[in-house]
Amino acid sequence: MLKYLFYLLVFPGFLFASVFGLIVGWIERKVSARVQFRVGPPFFQNFYDVFKLWGKEIILIRSTPYFIFVIAPIIAFATVVMTSTIVGVAFFYRVGIGGDLIFIVYLMVIYSVALILGASSTGNVYCSIGAGREMKMLIADELAFILVIFVPIIRAGYKIDLTQILAYQSDNGMIVGTASGIIAFIVGILCLQAKMGMVPFDIAEAETEIVGGPLMEYSGPLLAFWKLAHYMMYVFLPMLLVILFCGGMSFASFGTIMAGIGKYLLIVVLMILIRNTNPRVRIDSAINFFWKWASPLALIAVILAIIGV
Amino acid sequence: MAFYNKIIKKSIWVFHVSASPCNNCDIEILDLITPGYDVERFGIKLVGSVRHADVLLVTGIVSYKVAPRIKQLYEQAAKPIFVIGIGTCTAGGATFKTSYNKAGVPLDKVIPVNAYVTGCPPKPEAMIDGVLKLLGTLK
Repeated sequence: MLKYLFYLLVFPGFLFASVFGLIVGWIERKVSARVQFRVGPPFFQNFYDVFKLWGKEIILIRSTPYFIFVIAPIIAFATVVMTSTIVGVAFFYRVGIGGDLIFIVYLMVIYSVALILGASSTGNVYCSIGAGREMKMLIADELAFILVIFVPIIRAGYKIDLTQILAYQSDNGMIVGTASGIIAFIVGILCLQAKMGMVPFDIAEAETEIVGGPLMEYSGPLLAFWKLAHYMMYVFLPMLLVILFCGGMSFASFGTIMAGIGKYLLIVVLMILIRNTNPRVRIDSAINFFWKWASPLALIAVILAIIGV
Repeated sequence: MAFYNKIIKKSIWVFHVSASPCNNCDIEILDLITPGYDVERFGIKLVGSVRHADVLLVTGIVSYKVAPRIKQLYEQAAKPIFVIGIGTCTAGGATFKTSYNKAGVPLDKVIPVNAYVTGCPPKPEAMIDGVLKLLGTLK
């Protein structure tokens, strides 16, 4: 019991994911700044930002159902903590619960649903537009994402456990080295981009267009919850991709630990570079892209995986 | 409280309020986030929503039509909030000092102001200096 509480609250869960997420958020801002020939923020910038938000006022709107407004970021934060715990224990300890991949897919939908609920409870026009777009993005990327997850499941012999997929990869080499694996990996990175709301697919938040979208009415600690949850997604989503396709991390020697961290950082930097070199697409072209190109490509990868290539 | 003030100095989210300006100061404010000045070094970030803001940068003479909206914006912002008047307009009216339509010259008539950065328009360096000097007075 105490062990599971430790998992949830300290090491791969709340404390680790939030601190490490804020650091990865700094990497994201710094790399973006360097790409644009700027200096970029200092190392503790994200810590300052979140701490400052804790001291600000929360503004509730009397004429709206503000219970949902308050509970939505807390639900989203709780699901993100839970997801990072499940992915983290598989990544660091190789401990798994039965069918954890299905659980992760469900939890990530709950995050988006909480965002939609919180945004549409305010009655603000920009928030409603953001909520609608978030819903469309969820419909767009969910199919491709689930098909991408099928590929490692099929290759590992129809096992829906992260630990069993890792065990398969340590015997037979990384899944990304196979034909079906590399296709699914590329589609997977694009899906993560959409899940995180990073620039080619940041249609829901669109700072320059609908000024922050769903988060517009949030202030103070509630905004801090959203920011933290967003930064924690930087921790577990690339980690999930490393587990599914690149064989995770093993603590056998110093070299393998460094290789694990290297694989994680490579995916993060790749996502940041995609973010910085692409313009935002429209919502219709995003749905077109995911339904006409990404999902059929992922389906081809699934068929290849069933054949065994 | 002293510790909190120390942190808030390092993370300032700025909201840009344009209250009937001639657009000159607004262009200079947008200059701040370009690579040449890069205020993200100091943790200053331009945000799109007044709920996220720590500092309001107000430009222009506040005309009678805009004055109630500025008041409303100030009330909508999450406290603690600081107000900086950018440009001579907010302090003395500049070119528009004889205008029939000025409701907020100086800006203190409408909302409480923490600092003025004068100039027509003020240089980006002057604005950074103004923001940092204002935050230097926090104890």
